Amino acid sequence: MQVKNRLKPFFENITFEREDNTMVVNFGPQHPSAHGQLRLMLELQGEEVVKAHPDVGYLHRGIEKMGENMIYNEFLPTTDRMDYIASASNNYGYALAVEKLIGVEAPRRAEVIRTMILELNRIISHLFWLATHALDVGAMSIFLYAFREREFAMDLMEDYCGARLTHSAIRIGGVPLDLPANWIADLENFMSILEEQIKVYEGLLTENRIWRMRLEEVGVIPPKLAREWGVSGIALRGSGIKWDLRKEMPYGLYPELDFDIPISDKCDSYGRYKCYMAEMYESMKILRQLIPMYHESDTQLMAHAPEYISSTKEEMMTQNYSLMQHFVLVTQGMRPPVGEVYVATESPKGELGFYIVSDGSPYPYKLKCRAPSFWHTGILQDLLPGHQLADVVTIIGNLNIVFGEIDR
Amino acid sequence: MRAYKPKDDVQKKSYYNDRFYIKPTLARGSVYDDSVFSADYLSLKNQVEILDSYIELDHLVIYINHQDNVKAIKHLKEIRAYDFMMELTAVDYLASKGGFEVIYEMLSTSKRKRLRVKTFLKEGQAIESVYPVFKMADWSEREMYDMYGVVSNNHPYMKRILMPDDWVGHPLRKSYPLQGDEAASWYEVDKIFGKEARDIVGPELRDSACVDRYDTNRFARLGHEVNKGVPISEGNEPDTPIRYQEEGGVQLFGKKLVTPFDEIEKTTLKERK
Repeated sequence: MQVKNRLKPFFENITFEREDNTMVVNFGPQHPSAHGQLRLMLELQGEEVVKAHPDVGYLHRGIEKMGENMIYNEFLPTTDRMDYIASASNNYGYALAVEKLIGVEAPRRAEVIRTMILELNRIISHLFWLATHALDVGAMSIFLYAFREREFAMDLMEDYCGARLTHSAIRIGGVPLDLPANWIADLENFMSILEEQIKVYEGLLTENRIWRMRLEEVGVIPPKLAREWGVSGIALRGSGIKWDLRKEMPYGLYPELDFDIPISDKCDSYGRYKCYMAEMYESMKILRQLIPMYHESDTQLMAHAPEYISSTKEEMMTQNYSLMQHFVLVTQGMRPPVGEVYVATESPKGELGFYIVSDGSPYPYKLKCRAPSFWHTGILQDLLPGHQLADVVTIIGNLNIVFGEIDR
Repeated sequence: MRAYKPKDDVQKKSYYNDRFYIKPTLARGSVYDDSVFSADYLSLKNQVEILDSYIELDHLVIYINHQDNVKAIKHLKEIRAYDFMMELTAVDYLASKGGFEVIYEMLSTSKRKRLRVKTFLKEGQAIESVYPVFKMADWSEREMYDMYGVVSNNHPYMKRILMPDDWVGHPLRKSYPLQGDEAASWYEVDKIFGKEARDIVGPELRDSACVDRYDTNRFARLGHEVNKGVPISEGNEPDTPIRYQEEGGVQLFGKKLVTPFDEIEKTTLKERK
């Protein structure tokens, strides 16, 4: 019944100039080192990559389309599914964009808790990056160690919001819950463990001969190329451009916090590895500063803006008007003012931006997520040619691409 | 008579609108007396025709003619130090204005400010690619074409990026339904077996909320389990109560610890009290 010609593999439709004995290798979409559903068509001259053609879209779920057909609060859990390694950063980016649109600021305690979750999530994401990247390059033991510490961090997240991967712990207007008892003590305990463990990872990798041989001078992104491709995050800082939105265009609590931006002017994978390791220390530094801030802050968790944000549970149960407002906000949704907003935050991967066009109705007229990994994958077509086939895996792993946010 | 639903905008709409509700609008600042952006504006004004400009939420927004896009962006990049293009996308205004707005979101890392260049494009018109200025436009313009059908001229590889190459329609258009259109629902069947097999294969169940409890091929009901494909109908469903301890199986609970569940079941509620 099956018509054979209709199932022609796609790469035969792509024309390569095959004048000599180059070979086309189809890498993915089910390759374990492709970190998801990346299909990479590589033209090889011996072991050297001559031409690379990344093909994405295997995880496309139409999240932007879904967002346009959902009320603002309804969409928030969907953002978890974009960068599922660091879902809090997506929640925060979206919540911040909507908050800017409606002109609401989260209360201080909520902001402290958000920043704690963001930085903890950054550590989780970096540990995940380290684990999988090292596994790709061949350092199996790091995978096991880093996942162990990531598990502790995920336990902390689970203690806070009940979820380990898709948190939805940051809402529009604040956070829904206060930190549970003992959470701060657990966090301090975790940080003391992690600090020692990162030293172990660095001891195993930083001066490791094989690790350096695999990473140094591999995947060099010159600053000019990085600028042209809209590269952001550590991939940009690894190219010697000191640009971290938390520092340069700060939002939330970041102007009050004291931390450094690690950069590397080597532009290669090894420099980016150094940045990742240094950033975990910086995140811990931020977390330590946040603990006294938490104790000093007032207990309010959600912003008071009855037009847009539901009241607290207590008010809802005692005051008729709050309950009515809540009912309207849940069934009809909030109606932000007519206008457009683009808000960018520094996610563990890079600049995560949300562009929202509101026409004054409860559904966003247009919602676009600027996912950093999208262009980190695009740059592969300029980055891979000239490298050996074995380095392809290093570069893909090193750029920290997550397909949930590329395909959206 | 059925309520009329416009075909050119099938996005979900609010089911209730207050007659007296006036939509608030975000405040728009003037560019002329702005210390941050006025220099950018005046510099760009000498180069291209500016149709409209205002400041909205710390962003300078500039409307230009779509023929001027490359010139304006090149000027902003080279003269005004907007060294990054962060986002490039389109907004569908086909239903209301008969075209698309194309949006270039730019960032200056040295001056720490953001700017948005907007152009309007009628349906069927193509826009010049900004790939020579910013390489990121390679993928962004492909995505814009894939999602909206806005074609960029002189683009190195103008093909779909997220959807399959032979996909019909552009998913982010307002006229494209959320559940997918006719072609989308038959995509796999058409591709693998051919259009003529549509009748044999039958339509796909695209409503994820639809559960047929008598369809034993696709659904299993807890407490009424039968083998796959066994025909059942209403009143003809065998009861298979959930048991926690399989007969003759490995003991789940220690004998000393609790009474086995079977024994609890045998005693009635009255006896237990």
